[in-house]
Amino acid sequence: MKEVKNKKNFALPEIVLIGLNHKTASVELRECIAFSEEEIATTLEALHDHRVIREVLLFSTCNRVEVLLISDNRSEAVETTKRLISEYKTVPIDSFEEALYIHVGDEAIRHIFRVVSSLDSMMVGEPQILGQIKEAYCAATENKTSGVILNRLLHRAFFVAKRVRTETGIGDHAVSISYAAIELGRKIFGTLDEKKVLLIGAGEMAELAMEHLLRNRVGEIFVSNRTFEKGLELARRFNGQAIRFEEIENCLQRVDIVISSTGSPDFILTRDQVKKVNRKRRNCPIFFIDIAVPRDIDPKINRLTNTYVYDIDDLKGVIDENIEDRNREAVKGERIVDENVIQFRHWYKNLDVVSTIVALRSKLDDIARVETKKTLQSLNHLSETDCEAIRRMTNAFIKKILHDPTLFLKSHTKHGPKTICLDVTRKLFKLDE
Amino acid sequence: MEIFINLTILFYILSATGYVSYLFFQKKSFHKSGYYLLVTGFVCHFAALGYGFIESGHLPVRDLRETLMLTAWAVAGVFLAFQYKFKLRILGIFVAPLTVLIMVVASQLPNDPLSAKSLFNSFWLIFHVLSVLIGDASFALACGVGILYLVQEHSIKAKNRGFFFKRLPSLELLDSTGYTCIIVGFTLITMGLIGGIVFAKSIWGRFWNWDPKEVWAGITWLVYAVLIQQRLTVGWRGRKAAILSIIGFAILLFTFFGVNFLLQGHHGEFTKF
Repeated sequence: MKEVKNKKNFALPEIVLIGLNHKTASVELRECIAFSEEEIATTLEALHDHRVIREVLLFSTCNRVEVLLISDNRSEAVETTKRLISEYKTVPIDSFEEALYIHVGDEAIRHIFRVVSSLDSMMVGEPQILGQIKEAYCAATENKTSGVILNRLLHRAFFVAKRVRTETGIGDHAVSISYAAIELGRKIFGTLDEKKVLLIGAGEMAELAMEHLLRNRVGEIFVSNRTFEKGLELARRFNGQAIRFEEIENCLQRVDIVISSTGSPDFILTRDQVKKVNRKRRNCPIFFIDIAVPRDIDPKINRLTNTYVYDIDDLKGVIDENIEDRNREAVKGERIVDENVIQFRHWYKNLDVVSTIVALRSKLDDIARVETKKTLQSLNHLSETDCEAIRRMTNAFIKKILHDPTLFLKSHTKHGPKTICLDVTRKLFKLDE
Repeated sequence: MEIFINLTILFYILSATGYVSYLFFQKKSFHKSGYYLLVTGFVCHFAALGYGFIESGHLPVRDLRETLMLTAWAVAGVFLAFQYKFKLRILGIFVAPLTVLIMVVASQLPNDPLSAKSLFNSFWLIFHVLSVLIGDASFALACGVGILYLVQEHSIKAKNRGFFFKRLPSLELLDSTGYTCIIVGFTLITMGLIGGIVFAKSIWGRFWNWDPKEVWAGITWLVYAVLIQQRLTVGWRGRKAAILSIIGFAILLFTFFGVNFLLQGHHGEFTKF
């Protein structure tokens, strides 16, 4: 009876992950459940104060809300978490319960590795998630809700993410319209430094592309709009120069990149116009990015020498190809994740009290056996009884030496066995090798 | 001597393998090994040429075999110099196999240089031969860059970004490298031709003999002169420049081989086999 009770107390806590993401929950629901920074801090504390929860981490992004727990009692921990979410966000449990997924043990480890490596993201390979989880982990350490297991788990996860990023091409190619345009620009111009840009019309996507270009340190910027006032306003925003619509043809002589996004039903620029200008430009390459629907730039312009036209469909085609590439690379990422899940599981299993004590004992036994054998070999005059006495004495030493550490490791604090001490013991005596 | 040549060929082949693997797998280590193998091959080749030069006391251009080997050496050398300046790694995929090809063809040719004439030791001749060969090597590089330019331009224009789009550098880099190759090649060829003319004067007493070789050399020189002039005045760059540098190289090849094989001229002994 005593045996059984001991076992139960020394049993390893479980790694539990509860969450919902873009695959299981609608945007409306995710918006309701999303936690702000302050809310995360208070929720973390509330969860951590609970009896069955030893360590906890919570992260909330626009695509997912997940709680990672180390707990002695899975079902109670899950219920508590659900209740707390429902209380804090004032939504009934029924409304989000169906969208929740619960992973335990290896599955939880795998899930967190995949999330951090951006294999589980809506856009596979997007780089933001790593930073977001690092922030969440910071919050957990600041609130002292992460302990030895979560620390190890998260550090391992960051390591996995780094490996996936460097060893696979998961983040290699642009997957947004504006990035794709920039990537193409680089293939044409080499660098976008000091390249002059003309923006015709306005629109969210055109402005986004413009911002990307600015980040790539383009040179002078010209803005043209049917209504000059609007053009002036945009020019101020991008620190550029507004020109009138009639001046566009003139301006083409000086620019390298043209982004067009007007609501015009006809082409704004025709082949003949550009051909005329090309001679004056001394055939320097020019890149037209046509984001408008219907198109602003005559596709025939693409056939002129050193002139490149990409419209929105072309750019989408580029992106689709890149996404395919990423998905192919993601398979390699999964392999790296699997490897690391196995490694982590190995470390985790060894955190068990009993196995640590057994390992410690057998290590000392091994040392004692080898050393007594060595000593007794050179003491031929001793009788068999003497030898036996010496062996007994060494065993007694080991027992006495291990007595206090064993008691200490078996005793537990409010939050169960001393995981940190177990970890230290394993490191101190190199038990994992 | 022979062992050095074989070692050189071996290194060039290994280097070509490195560069081809780099094209397919895009691993930096492949490019690096290709580069260092080419350097090793180049040094080895230099040793072979130097040994031959000291032993015979003549510039090794006495038959087709020797001329080709010197050309391969010049191509490798010019590439290494450009690689150092422009970091245009992918060009190795053109150059390394080219050196292998030249060397293998050359090594299959009979090795019995004709009786050396004393004229091979004139300063002007050595100057002429080396400048022209290094210039030719630069034009070969310009042609390679031109081909890469057309491939890359096609993949951007056709909007089907296949195998090469990722692997080739930007059009701008290809264009400016090609232009530099042409400028360097043109300068050396001009110097080489002047050397040749001065040499002709000292031997035949006339600067210009209307020999087919001379005429075709003149035509080649004019093609490249036009290319440079057009670029400076009207801005012939990109596609047109690339095409012209390929055509120029084709004419150059004819001047190098075609004239000797098909027409008669006073350069015959360089390509005898």
